[in-house]
Amino acid sequence: MSGFADYARLDATALREAIVSKRTTASQVVEAALARIAALDPELSAFSTVLADSARARAKELDAALARGEPAGALCGVPFALKSNMCVEGVEAHCGSKILAGYKPPYTAPFVQRLLDEGAILVGMTHMDEFAMGSSGENSGYAVAKNPWDTSRTPGGSSSGSCAAVAARMVPLSLGSDTGGSVRQPAALCGIVGFKPTYGRITRYGLVAFGSSLDQVSPFTRSARDMELVLSVISGADEHDSTCLPLPAIDPERSDSIRGLRIGVPKEYFASGLDADVRAKVEGAIAKLVELGAATVPIELPHTEYAIPTYYVVATAEASSNLARYDGIRYGPRTNGDGSLQSMIAATREAGFGPEVKRRILLGTYVLSSGYYDAWYVRALKVRRLIRHDFDEAFKSVDLIACPTSPTAAFRLGEKTDDPVAMYLSDVMTVPTSLAGLPAVSVPCGTVTLGGKQLPVGLQLIGPSLADARVLRAARVFEDATQHQREIYALAPSVREGAAR
Amino acid sequence: MSQTTTAPTIGFVSKKTDVRWIPVIGLEVHCQLKTETKLFCSCRYEFGASPNTLTCPVCTAQPGALPVLNREALALAVRVAVALGANVAPRTKFDRKNYFYCDLPKGYQISQFDQPFCTGGGLTLPSGKRVRLTRIHLEEDAGKAVHDRGDMTLVDLNRAGVPLIESVTEADMQTSDEAYEYLTSLKEILQYAGASDCDMEKGSLRCDVNVSVHPEGEGWRTKVELKNLNSFKNVKDAIEHEIERQIEAYESGDKSKFPVQETRLYDATTQTTRTMRSKEDAHDYRYFPEPDLVPFHVDAAFVEQQRTMLPELAEARRARYQRDFGLSPYDAGVITGSRAVADFFEMVVKLNGNAKETANWITNGVLANLSDPTIPAKTIDELPFRPHDLAELVELVTNHTIHNNVGRTVLRTMFETGKSPKQIVKEQGLEQVSDEGQLEKWCREALVGKDKVIADVKSGKTKAVAALMGPVMKASKGSANPELVQKILLRIIQTEM
Ligand SMILES: [Zn+2]
Repeated sequence: MSGFADYARLDATALREAIVSKRTTASQVVEAALARIAALDPELSAFSTVLADSARARAKELDAALARGEPAGALCGVPFALKSNMCVEGVEAHCGSKILAGYKPPYTAPFVQRLLDEGAILVGMTHMDEFAMGSSGENSGYAVAKNPWDTSRTPGGSSSGSCAAVAARMVPLSLGSDTGGSVRQPAALCGIVGFKPTYGRITRYGLVAFGSSLDQVSPFTRSARDMELVLSVISGADEHDSTCLPLPAIDPERSDSIRGLRIGVPKEYFASGLDADVRAKVEGAIAKLVELGAATVPIELPHTEYAIPTYYVVATAEASSNLARYDGIRYGPRTNGDGSLQSMIAATREAGFGPEVKRRILLGTYVLSSGYYDAWYVRALKVRRLIRHDFDEAFKSVDLIACPTSPTAAFRLGEKTDDPVAMYLSDVMTVPTSLAGLPAVSVPCGTVTLGGKQLPVGLQLIGPSLADARVLRAARVFEDATQHQREIYALAPSVREGAAR
Repeated sequence: MSQTTTAPTIGFVSKKTDVRWIPVIGLEVHCQLKTETKLFCSCRYEFGASPNTLTCPVCTAQPGALPVLNREALALAVRVAVALGANVAPRTKFDRKNYFYCDLPKGYQISQFDQPFCTGGGLTLPSGKRVRLTRIHLEEDAGKAVHDRGDMTLVDLNRAGVPLIESVTEADMQTSDEAYEYLTSLKEILQYAGASDCDMEKGSLRCDVNVSVHPEGEGWRTKVELKNLNSFKNVKDAIEHEIERQIEAYESGDKSKFPVQETRLYDATTQTTRTMRSKEDAHDYRYFPEPDLVPFHVDAAFVEQQRTMLPELAEARRARYQRDFGLSPYDAGVITGSRAVADFFEMVVKLNGNAKETANWITNGVLANLSDPTIPAKTIDELPFRPHDLAELVELVTNHTIHNNVGRTVLRTMFETGKSPKQIVKEQGLEQVSDEGQLEKWCREALVGKDKVIADVKSGKTKAVAALMGPVMKASKGSANPELVQKILLRIIQTEM
């Protein structure tokens, strides 16, 4: 079976429509997905596990159910991929870490179950920075995913594989997790849509924790309408997560207009460090929003410069505690050490964690230590409140904020691996929103040419707390009005050849 | 104590130096709450269940699992706070206490650091002494590590996540007896509140002690923490030993031997303590607010609701039993020693209206049988019969259907068979015999050859007839009405002999 010929051209909404209208079958779609993964993934290394058998079996079930006339789910037959820090019973979730090699969770995350219940088909787990700590996918204990536009470059991170998988049209939908930009930044660098909801809109139960007060499950899609669809399925209250808001799922807005929306443009996001070509694309996108009837308002977010240090105190403090459970006692590989318990735990963690994870555990342990706690952790929480306050003030006069998602287009693999601080700064545009817990989307807004290759640029739209649907509507209106989505099909030549094979 | 003598007032006066040493004692008590499910997941807990069978992704710390607060645990904790007269905070939060150990699956314990759910309150001991509470907080229990399997350590996570309340007293106690009384009173309140079993043997109550001593009139000195105390008696013994050790250390005059701030483990077999860890080795627990649980609010209405759910406590019941039922302070104390016993007592009294006799049968009969190792039932909850049966037994005795001694045998049989008293009396023909013809026959048999007794009685020593009661009762298998037997014996001796 060669699969559905139009597969790579369609988004999730169109694929479902094709299946439901009997133009193709879920099985044909899954075959197309598996064929494309087989053709492209050897070069892109997006997938750590491909679940061909279970995907085929599930597709068959769905086709049979459709043939019996049963109602089709909202994502019927749509193949999707998960970041390896998400729990599905019996499917390895190694989190990009050697310390969880072979770990198969005994339960399925509710946000995954909601996708499955609507007929989506899980085709694989994707590579990532170890425990989501990284901005390029290079901190993986397994394989480094490549950017489909230029395989010498990063797809961004930490949800590198999930992003590359959608960008290369291997799947129309994947889930990543966004702690400080780990979905929005790769979405920008790979030319797809990435959305981090308001903190608490999607349950975190079954998402392996990095920074608990920041982590949010965040999808990648090819279109803004798909993003609205996915959010309407996976968001909403969940009794397993106390931090999940007791609200119904995000309800997509019907409006096709952004007329009258006041869009804030924060001067701090257009300062030095922003690539001139990226800046030009983002300014062009903002001009487009104005053309569509929105009004721009210059705003200030004065504490932006403190966001990165604040983030690296809060996130590492939480991580140092969240990662304490990896002690080799209950799961994962164990290294015995000299036989004592403490030695076994130390040796297991020494062998199992990579350098970036160790760096962050040390940092987090330090900022929580007695004598340093007030100076670091408590102060960081205060600055976090100031950053949130900046946004609260801004949203008194604007409906949305528009800015770049990333200061540069995709950088070369290896370019920043020796300089952790340079790597941290690549998240400078996404981290403040994470600290404030706000909804933010990255949508493609054109390409720049770098080293003779076209590379995508992302426009970030940020909304006030709980205005998820407004953010998504604006992304959809922008996308409909521009041709960037089509432009984005100009994939890297090697990937196109792979797809043709 | 070799160097000291107990003084009539507080403290110990040294024979060597004449210094009066004043001990300062504080207690930290951990109690497991008797909830249906664990503190942050829906697993049940049961002492002694097969290892690792009462677990789930949350309490085994699977990656991605998250805690959700069990409101029932909060309700019980608040009920305890109310019973102890403590102030329940309107807003409280959980914190993570970070340390590595094999029985701590997450690598941190979810506890409460700077905002415990309640502060203040206290207990008045039967001696009248007031012991104030500093705080009570809610936290999860760890699992259990078993080290006695050769070079292996086995971990059982059944207990991991069971709700605990940790209550910390002010250092208000000065004697080991006060500490013992405090524990007894606290246990009583927790049991009455239905909050905990407080069974030290099953680990549902654990106690750490802080002890220091100082010369009268001087400031407090270094405190030492004692752990590994497995019974109330251990607590008492360990405190006594530690007070003695500290006084001896100070009186040696050798500063290198003075007590240092440390944690010491008590060894009940040798009745000594040894250093477990010094202040320098103390963990830095790196407490910080638990990001997986939102701060929670306890409103006044919830606190009031828990207050109304609090049953009458032991102290109040003791007073009522003496006032309304005329029980002796001793009987009232024994019966209210456990809420289950007191509840059982009240159910029986409700049926037979005879509090005094019922109290007697419970203290001398039921409780005595429960402490008999050959009886399978160990607690009142395990009785093979119901309150109705005991009420019936008391009635059979008081209306003279059976003799008191026969009643004891019947009770024993009730413990052994679970049968009702009436059934036992009927099956074994134990009903008291008052038929004079039958009684006279037994009496005449007993008189054969008892010339000395007969002579004594005839000479006016009527009490001598008691020597004949035994044989008659024996012949009747205990069923003879003793008053009638005595009357008949005297009549035969005095009128026929
Ligand atoms: Zn559990």
